[in-house]
Amino acid sequence: MVLQLLSAGAAGAVEHAATPSWAMFAYLVSGVLFILALRGLSSPATSRAGNRYGIIGMTIAVATTLVTHVPRISLSLDGDPSAPTAFDSGSFGLILAAIAIGGGIGFVIARRIAMTAMPQLVAAFHSLVGMAAVLVGWAAYLNPQAFGIAEAIPLENMLNAVAGAQLVPEATALHIHAQSCIEMGLGIAIGAITFSGSIIAFLKLAGKMSGSPIMLPGRHVINLGTIIAILCLVGYFTMDQSLWVIGVITLLAFIIGFLLIIPIGGADMPVVVSMLNSYSGWAAAAMGFTLHNSAMIITGALVGSSGAILSYIMCKAMNRSFISVIAGGFGAAPEASGGAPKEQRPWKRGSAEDAAFLMKEAESVIIIPGYGMAVSQAQHALREMADVLKKEGVSVKYAIHPVAGRMPGHMNVLLAEANVPYDEVFELEDINSEFGQCDVAFIIGANDVVNPAAKTDKSSPIYGMPVFDVDKAKTVMFVKRSMGGVGYSGVDNDVFYMDQTMMLLADAKKMVEDIVKALAH
Amino acid sequence: MDFISILSIFVLACFVGYYVVWSVTPALHTPLMAVTNAISSVIVVGALIAAAASGLGAAGGVSKWLGLGAVVLASVNIFGGFAVTARMLAMYKKKEKK
Repeated sequence: MVLQLLSAGAAGAVEHAATPSWAMFAYLVSGVLFILALRGLSSPATSRAGNRYGIIGMTIAVATTLVTHVPRISLSLDGDPSAPTAFDSGSFGLILAAIAIGGGIGFVIARRIAMTAMPQLVAAFHSLVGMAAVLVGWAAYLNPQAFGIAEAIPLENMLNAVAGAQLVPEATALHIHAQSCIEMGLGIAIGAITFSGSIIAFLKLAGKMSGSPIMLPGRHVINLGTIIAILCLVGYFTMDQSLWVIGVITLLAFIIGFLLIIPIGGADMPVVVSMLNSYSGWAAAAMGFTLHNSAMIITGALVGSSGAILSYIMCKAMNRSFISVIAGGFGAAPEASGGAPKEQRPWKRGSAEDAAFLMKEAESVIIIPGYGMAVSQAQHALREMADVLKKEGVSVKYAIHPVAGRMPGHMNVLLAEANVPYDEVFELEDINSEFGQCDVAFIIGANDVVNPAAKTDKSSPIYGMPVFDVDKAKTVMFVKRSMGGVGYSGVDNDVFYMDQTMMLLADAKKMVEDIVKALAH
Repeated sequence: MDFISILSIFVLACFVGYYVVWSVTPALHTPLMAVTNAISSVIVVGALIAAAASGLGAAGGVSKWLGLGAVVLASVNIFGGFAVTARMLAMYKKKEKK
């Protein structure tokens, strides 16, 4: 009986393992199309074509898989593998239904989501990739023949290889290749980390959970121990393919993803989101190794490096090491390290009318948006203000810091949504030299990215971070809700107290709307 | 394909990724994340294989349903990811020539 099952397994493995060469070529084509999709993003002009390449690539990959893996059902009732098979329309219908349901949900979400909610949407999407990787890994484990990663080995060898294994159920009679075990184990682990980590990132970004870091005692030891345990279990999985091994790997990976992200504060989320982006890529690559699929491997490598590079850019823009971000805890309640609080310093408050008057007289205005603009949805009012100023002959530019907002490029998307032409929007290094000739620096919802302490104060937690030289501008207008709050880093900002600074204390959107009204007079 | 050919594809693709991503303009980093998200759902290939397999025995049946579940999740991502990227990219406009 067992021997018969084994031969069935062997036949199954041979039947599925060979992918026709035209299919391998098709997967390669879709991989190349994905590269072109990213290549298109080098400029807004070519980006839309890039997105279309991506869609074509995905269509090719899905169509190829559907054609090479048409569901078939055996016509014999006793499971005889040599019996003829027929097209399994039921399974095929289920697959189409699954695509339609998922696709429908995705499409509706994509159409309805507000642009300000983009960071949490991306985090939520990452969690889905992670979960899909876990499910595919489990499916491959439970039905290795279908993936061509198992071979049936003779009973004596089986006994040697798996000491004490029960030979009754057919699953244990199949031996998954050691290499596939490692790839599958890693794929499941990375996928699970991506899933639970992204869920936490999503909750923090959506404000459904406090953005402040949650610190557990001894967390570094716990985290390191858990990661080592997962790696050991993946190694052990090659020898003992019991259900509990893969179960524990999955569980530990879910826990570690959760533990890794909870100590990281809200404004470090750009790094976290990019990092999880990278993980979702590595998970896809690991599954690609298991399936010997070039489209998955190419995509995994692309996405993996993309996320890694974005994390690097974000860390560099904060002058912090990747390790210190991951270790977390930044932005916790300010410690009593400063000793005596700084004396109350004088500052000037301005009104919307003052601001309107000064900007009308100005020749050039540089607007520096930050997360506060996103929170109060001030981007449309801001563009209106810029339009009025431009009619008055004022030159208006936007300056964007790499870490402004909650994900890479967050501010650019919001300004684009408000119809700000992208050639008026500049990066930090391209515009920083212009503050010397600029009449008004208009800071709205940003704080740490203009703090001169990053240049002068070695004891400051943000020391070394590249910042905008707003102190060189003739007038600085600082839109802020109140004087009480400090930036994410918890550091006081000398810009508030400069002679040329005018504090505009109000909700960002309200203030900009008032300025627009005042400009009309 | 043997392991070495697969590894070669992977290593070379990492280098391609490195250079391609550095050339992406920072203004498009959010669409970049959205589109990488969509394409990493190519994992749907694995999900489809599992869903299409003839499920022998109880384990095979479970595997099939897990595959179908993964197809749903990956499809949310594929359609959602590409659609939201298209929506964002449509907003990036140049200054009108006067």
